[in-house]
Amino acid sequence: MMKNLIAVLTVVFAIIVIWYGAAFMMNKQWTLDQAERAGTTVTTSEVFKDTMAQERPQLPAPHQVISEIWKTTVEKKITSKRSLIYHAGITLSSTSLGFLMGSLLGITLAISIVHSRAMDLSVMPWIIASQTIPILAVAPMIIVVLNAVGISGLVPKAMISMYLSFFPVAVGMVKGLRAPDTMQLDLMKTYRASAWQTLIKLRLPSSMPYLFTSLKIAMAASLVGAIIGELPTGAVAGLGARLLAGSYYGQTIQIWSALISAAVLAAVLVMLIGVLQNITLKRMGMLR
Amino acid sequence: MIWAIAAILFWVGAWALNVYLSRGKLTKRNKFLIPLLFGVTILVLWEGLVTGLNVSPIILPPPSAVAAKFASSIPILWQDFVQTFVKGALSGYIIGCGSAFILAILIDRSPFLQRGLLPVGNFVAALPVIGIAPILVMWFGFDWQSKAAVVVVMVFFPMLVNTVQGLTQSDHMQRDLMKTYSANYWQSLLKLRLPAAMPFIFNGLKISTTLALIGAIVAEFFGSPIKGMGFRITTEVGRLALDMVWAEIVVAALAGSAFYGIMALIEKIVTFWHPSQR
Amino acid sequence: MSENSVIHAEKLNLVFQTNDGSVHALKDIDLTINKGDFVSFIGPSGCGKTTFLRVIADLEQPTGGTITVNGMTPQQAREARAYGYVFQASGLYPWRTIAGNIKLPLEIMGYSKEEQDKRVEQVLELVELGSFGKKYPWQLSGGMQQRASIARALSFDADILLMDEPFGALDEIVRDHLNEQLLALWARTEKTIGFVTHSIPEAVYLSTKIVVMSPRPGRIADVIESPLPKERPLEIRDSKEFLEVAARVRDGLRAGHLDD
Repeated sequence: MMKNLIAVLTVVFAIIVIWYGAAFMMNKQWTLDQAERAGTTVTTSEVFKDTMAQERPQLPAPHQVISEIWKTTVEKKITSKRSLIYHAGITLSSTSLGFLMGSLLGITLAISIVHSRAMDLSVMPWIIASQTIPILAVAPMIIVVLNAVGISGLVPKAMISMYLSFFPVAVGMVKGLRAPDTMQLDLMKTYRASAWQTLIKLRLPSSMPYLFTSLKIAMAASLVGAIIGELPTGAVAGLGARLLAGSYYGQTIQIWSALISAAVLAAVLVMLIGVLQNITLKRMGMLR
Repeated sequence: MIWAIAAILFWVGAWALNVYLSRGKLTKRNKFLIPLLFGVTILVLWEGLVTGLNVSPIILPPPSAVAAKFASSIPILWQDFVQTFVKGALSGYIIGCGSAFILAILIDRSPFLQRGLLPVGNFVAALPVIGIAPILVMWFGFDWQSKAAVVVVMVFFPMLVNTVQGLTQSDHMQRDLMKTYSANYWQSLLKLRLPAAMPFIFNGLKISTTLALIGAIVAEFFGSPIKGMGFRITTEVGRLALDMVWAEIVVAALAGSAFYGIMALIEKIVTFWHPSQR
Repeated sequence: MSENSVIHAEKLNLVFQTNDGSVHALKDIDLTINKGDFVSFIGPSGCGKTTFLRVIADLEQPTGGTITVNGMTPQQAREARAYGYVFQASGLYPWRTIAGNIKLPLEIMGYSKEEQDKRVEQVLELVELGSFGKKYPWQLSGGMQQRASIARALSFDADILLMDEPFGALDEIVRDHLNEQLLALWARTEKTIGFVTHSIPEAVYLSTKIVVMSPRPGRIADVIESPLPKERPLEIRDSKEFLEVAARVRDGLRAGHLDD
């Protein structure tokens, strides 16, 4: 455990060092150009200092991003349009709605696939094929079309999240519901258990480990969906909008801070499911 | 209205046929026929409902209109395909998967690096990496190079994690066996651990096909020359020319499925021995 | 140490450090195995019989005492490819044919292509799998897979064969048949064989020397030189000598247990 932590911290430290190095290399040119234009010469240490503190650097240094995040979270009111928490909240709401709908759809599909051979044979190939389609490409269309029929705001974004998150859940749950072996199923048969009883007493409990694993993937996918869904709405609100606005105006620090917050949000959400997984599996005695 | 009713009747009939077919013996033909019938049903239902209920084409064009548009704009679609798929997605896929594979082999000899990189890689693989697109577009310009860069970043970590994991797949006994032959590191890597890792490596390669196409298309939302599938989709959506958007989606779907299918086929040839392929 | 001793252990000790404290897997093992011997190691699980075999093979390092294999340290012997090792499971690579699997050690040891093919054919005949070279492991029965893994261990010229419960996972009938074949093979090749088992009839039927081991700490309880002739039909198992040796093995095992 300790060994792992040290290894991870070393890698993270190396990444930060590389980041600083890259920031220096990539921002150097601008500083030199400025100096040349002004007709002054600069020493290396002056260049280094400047590359760490430019307003629109090619690559902002980590501390610049952190201070930007600090400024836009702690020092801004949550209701302010410039607060990252406000934007993250918007993204979070469509993420969660899409995640819920997607998971429910996935579980329902999985149950019907496990119970109906016709469903299995007709739908399963298409579910798999649907994932080879780069659905994010359709995101702008879904938003615009739903807008045209009068649905706007949360729901269109959640639809995209739903599409992205139903697949891992459906596939994982089909596997999970089929996890009980022949002997266990035969045992239920000897009790003359109905399909419903078999589902509740055997299939669903045995599918739990699969469910949580796929929920984690679904959550991550759902967040990506929400962020992409915010792009074509004209950059109004949400982390995706911050990304787009930042790229319009060349505000690299803003892009990076939105990116890091999205990463933190994803990590927290996935971890939350992990905690839920531990509690559930422990209670069911599946985890020692 | 008649159209809609006819479509629904067709749907009921086709579903009944599917139920009947799936009760019978599962021949190779049926395994192919049943999903095909289901797909056709969806198309008929879509066509019938859109025509029958007079749905406006700026909301949902019927499949026939999409097909017509597809046929009449093949040069544009081809140009977009080359720009986005061949130049952006494919080159990024090769660079990304290739470098991830090489890094996985390099860190294979260092358990310390593996312990450190694997959790970080898993973490990054779960992040909304696509968000890096605007930054890379800023660094590498509007043309395909920036799209390829986005694809590299997107496919790198899933591929790395899968390869590293795959290389640990050979069991204790098989490694002991190599030791009794006093095989050196490269012999046991080439003859035992790489072949044993193939199912995992292909898992990474297959996941990456979809990610590559998504990365290349979405990166175009942040800036592109006046060609490319992502560019076409955003501009045509703006003009409410949804038939063209759907035609691009068809191209994307065909390209995506074919890309995935080819990788799956190679997997089948390489890992014929694996229980899941027999 | 006699002229023709192949494996020689003196005061051999092995202590594993685990999270729950230390485990004394081998305690003061003294044993000499001569050239051409068929030695069985028998005992309940945890008695160190597999561990001892793994020490001979340099897959475990002893913590005390000395052991030589062909007059060398186990590591030198392993690097000189002095022995073939057969595991409990066949461990055949599913992506190689049976012939390909048998070629594996030959490729690693740098045999020429013609030599590889020649040897593969030879050992396949030896284990009576002549026509199965082109098959994949999963297309063969468990007994045939185990025979293939024995062929793999025989393919290079090691004069020691170490076998760790090679027939443990097979059913009685297949096992009897393979035991007979193994004896025939041993007679033909004159190899020195170390054989781990937990079946008394198997040990008595096969061996010239039976090492009875007992657990906690793993040690030798008894060493029995078999009075049975080299020629052994299956019926020998009903003979008086056979039953006497079996009884002595059983006593040795029981004595080990009484210490608990």
